[in-house]
Amino acid sequence: MMKRDEQAVFALRELYEKYGYSRYKMSRFEEYDLYVNNKDFLVSDEVITFTDRSGRLLALKPDVTLSIIKNAPDVKGETQKVYYNENVYRVYTGNSSFREIMQTGLECIGDLGGYEIAEVVLLAAKSLALISDNYLLDISHMGLISALLKNSGLSQKGVESASQYLQSKNSHELTAMCIDEGIDEKEIKKLNALIDYSGQPKSVINSLNPLLTEEKEIAALNELVLLCEILEKCGFGDRISIDFSVGNDLKYYSGVVFKGYIEGLPAGILSGGQYDKLLKKMGRKSKAIGFAVYTDMLERLENKSVSPLDAVILYENGFDARLIEISEGFAKDGSVLVTASLPENRPYKKLYRYEKGEVTLIEDRS
Amino acid sequence: MKTVVNVALPKGRLGEKVYNMFKAAGYECPAIEEVNRKLVFENEEKSIRYFWVKPSDVAIYVERGAADIGVAGKDILLEYRPDVYELLDLNMGKCRMAVAAKQDFADSRESTLRVATKFPYIAQCFYDKKCRDIDIINLNGSIELAPLLGLSDVIVDIVETGSTLKANGLVVVEDIVPISARLIANKAGYKFKNGLIRNIVEKMAEQVEK
Repeated sequence: MMKRDEQAVFALRELYEKYGYSRYKMSRFEEYDLYVNNKDFLVSDEVITFTDRSGRLLALKPDVTLSIIKNAPDVKGETQKVYYNENVYRVYTGNSSFREIMQTGLECIGDLGGYEIAEVVLLAAKSLALISDNYLLDISHMGLISALLKNSGLSQKGVESASQYLQSKNSHELTAMCIDEGIDEKEIKKLNALIDYSGQPKSVINSLNPLLTEEKEIAALNELVLLCEILEKCGFGDRISIDFSVGNDLKYYSGVVFKGYIEGLPAGILSGGQYDKLLKKMGRKSKAIGFAVYTDMLERLENKSVSPLDAVILYENGFDARLIEISEGFAKDGSVLVTASLPENRPYKKLYRYEKGEVTLIEDRS
Repeated sequence: MKTVVNVALPKGRLGEKVYNMFKAAGYECPAIEEVNRKLVFENEEKSIRYFWVKPSDVAIYVERGAADIGVAGKDILLEYRPDVYELLDLNMGKCRMAVAAKQDFADSRESTLRVATKFPYIAQCFYDKKCRDIDIINLNGSIELAPLLGLSDVIVDIVETGSTLKANGLVVVEDIVPISARLIANKAGYKFKNGLIRNIVEKMAEQVEK
């Protein structure tokens, strides 16, 4: 029996290959330099490091995206579409030790246009649909958020705090800070609109539209409108919502960002977005969009009870070729455990004893 | 199965005040007012279920989805930085996070400052911004004792009225941040129980004393 996370990995792989994404396999180690230069891009900035035999400082990879970008082509007109299924090593806040986490995801890097962006967001929605019947994809746009923050007149420090407040839907502290910095009432209202309006795309867009004045703000909203229309046409209309708390680091993310939730899990299982600014920082001209699915989280949904063995055969007195024959027979119809002593904590349906070439039923729990 | 919103309330005086606020907002639960040993209290008709937890644990229950919403002090949110929505300032349980020291204390930058606290992260961030080299002494209670016995130079702690400080000859040297109780929500719970939670937030907002 495959577990839910294993099933998901297979289904996702099939989906991505159907859209022409090729598998990206990477080594377990990467030069530490790559991560130290882009620390804020990582989910946690703690990395397991060690020196290899030639004295180079290496790291157990905490992330896959950076390695893919490093090796992606940076040529006009070219796009690389890849997916991966890799273990990464991370520390989560509140935990003191590293964990090995299975992560599946895809990246589309290169000379991107509207099509590629829509395709990746659509694949994110399809990924969620493969994992669960009850899911939601929250969509936001960093271009819109950063334009609003920039036009608000907040100080650099204020912009950073405001971005945090948006992510936690904290309008009381956002408002207090804006008042402290002497921000115009109209601008405060605009920023608060990013918290107040969330949910069904059409109503959010209609509420936001009259508030936006600047060209960049309107362009970003239009991009969002188009994207939502596409998703709606593909049948995901009631599965998407606009939510500007799906923010991400302004230093790296530039366009659409999104987060996927499935019922029963306390945190987002899918996270992604367009991160052109990271590529620019790494000295590249191309654009990129991608997402990761934290398939390890599916373990939480697994039924914790152990399914009982169909048969347990107790035997004594050394090896006997006949016993193999008998166990083979049992294995054909179900599960069988051949053992000298009754195992603890292992439920079973029928218990047999093997003696002198014969099995006898001694307990039937089925 | 009917959808129910799980609410983690902080045990103690503040929690009782918070429950009364929920009650006034129309989310009463008669079972919670009876004297009994139950841990979980539900009002099916109002689609709400309450449970009491240690105040510092509320954020954990909410972040991990055992509770959809909860009420936690800003001090806890700043210290543990849970990934949750902070939807409302309830404007109660008001106090401040401050640096306090003995009356004759004068900070000299010549030596490392020894700071006793229950909030190492908040203290570290505060002094990092000042580029001040500090030695954090992690205590779990009776923080005021530390400077009196020479264990630390200053303390970083919650100050409500300042009477404990005063009785021990300590004074507030600097304020760090104002603290009050906040209504927080699990991010996934907020998506799947959106209508119910939004209603609660709206009605609770009406109860907040300005």
